[in-house]
Amino acid sequence: MIDMQGVTKKYPNGVTALSGVNVTIKQGEFVYIVGPSGAGKSTFIKLIYREEKPSSGTVMVGGINTASLKQRLVPALRRKVGVVFQDFKLLPLLNIYENVAFALEVIEEDPAVIRKRVMEVLDLVGLKHKARMLPTELSGGEQQRIAIARSIVNNPKVVIADEPTGNLDPDTSWDIMRLFETINERGTTIVMATHNKDIVNTIRRRVIAIENGRIVRDELRGEYGYEA
Amino acid sequence: MNCGVSTDMKPRTLRRHFRESFKNLRRNGWMTFASVSAVTVTLMLTGIFLVIMLNLNKIGTDIENDVEVRVHVKLETTEAEKDQLKAQIENLPEVEGVEYSSKEQELQNLINDMGSDYTLFEQSNPLYDVFIVKTARPQDTPDAARKIEQFSQTEKAVYGEGKVENLFSFMKTARNIGMILVAGLLFTAMFLISNTIKITIFARRKEIEIMKLVGATNWFIRWPFLLEGLWIGLLGSIIPIAAIAVGYYYAEQEASERFASHFIDFIGYIPLIVPVTLLMLVIAVFIGIWGSFISVRRFLNV
Repeated sequence: MIDMQGVTKKYPNGVTALSGVNVTIKQGEFVYIVGPSGAGKSTFIKLIYREEKPSSGTVMVGGINTASLKQRLVPALRRKVGVVFQDFKLLPLLNIYENVAFALEVIEEDPAVIRKRVMEVLDLVGLKHKARMLPTELSGGEQQRIAIARSIVNNPKVVIADEPTGNLDPDTSWDIMRLFETINERGTTIVMATHNKDIVNTIRRRVIAIENGRIVRDELRGEYGYEA
Repeated sequence: MNCGVSTDMKPRTLRRHFRESFKNLRRNGWMTFASVSAVTVTLMLTGIFLVIMLNLNKIGTDIENDVEVRVHVKLETTEAEKDQLKAQIENLPEVEGVEYSSKEQELQNLINDMGSDYTLFEQSNPLYDVFIVKTARPQDTPDAARKIEQFSQTEKAVYGEGKVENLFSFMKTARNIGMILVAGLLFTAMFLISNTIKITIFARRKEIEIMKLVGATNWFIRWPFLLEGLWIGLLGSIIPIAAIAVGYYYAEQEASERFASHFIDFIGYIPLIVPVTLLMLVIAVFIGIWGSFISVRRFLNV
């Protein structure tokens, strides 16, 4: 699904965010990306949805080489990759339904299909009854559920999450994690950068630890390994 | 696997863009108001200035068109020779029309202008028979006069030497200054409007970012913004167009009455308002769309 070989990322300001990264993530895996702040977790995530290009090496996502992907075709890649952020990134002026439908509208999906799919995912995240509300009328956890609903509404093969529980209290975080597990059980690959020690140590999955731009640990059913 | 992104737009998508552009105008109410106001103010200035410039240009052209060559015909010239001279003048490329005025007519005109004292000259008319020559382009008058002087039956060709050249160079300068001012005003208008739209789009860069994240193509993102620019331009043009349509109606009447005795003629209501309205609409639509286009481009980072 995701295959990085010899990936190095240098930013124009001279910072080397990643160097010599080799990693393969198979379809259906659930992977935590852990490591200190500034270690390169976010860059790793950004390479997958082609927010950044590698300086050298190859990044293959679902058979597409993002490094040589033409600008014009970036939208095609984005449609295969769902993305979830710490700050939700919902559009404040659109209601919940519209925020989720948005992801299907931009790919010019049939209106009947849009309606059906949006109601399905809103049901999955348990917020069907709040479809007409605005994001600001929802709690942080609920907003993150909506962001997750949007990320999966077009059935992507992989969902990338950058600190999805970073802004949420512990109870809400567990709810969000259960949601990610449900999505993963349906066959979707999950790649999640996180600082949440409790979650990583409880829901035991593959852990990739990045320090100073290098992968220092890659264990199936790993542990967080840092003091929180 | 088909990983291409379709570039041709479905009718449904076009409808969606229209709907979206209207929704966005409403959702961003104050931003819309600011942009529309910017269009209104600058278009109003441009419109008023345009009306004044067009009228000044019309008056100047009228004065220029009054310039003519008066060809004094030698006294001993026969009728046949006069016909020949007329033909010679008409054959000049610059000349548009030639009219004959006998010395009796000339005297009559003089008497009408100057008073009955001049009837004294009826005993012995000192005037010449005259051909009054109009050139197609007023600027060619001096050239035509010089050529006509060469003809054997011409006593003299008079055209207000010196004064006419001064008038032409004055009009030329005035037109150039006017053009520069209009261009400057339009440039300022575009700059102001594109900046206003840039601010409104800056406030919505998050929207663009999210659209890109979920896989929208750049044109899909651009379309609603361009349509919004179009509506902003059109909305902004309503007040200036209406104000100038009403204002010129009264201004033209008032000015015509006041200047009628000076033989100054303003452009009629319909002949001015129709082209000015169309021009203002074109400008409004163009700056609206153009302002949106260059502003949204910055946030698409292509």
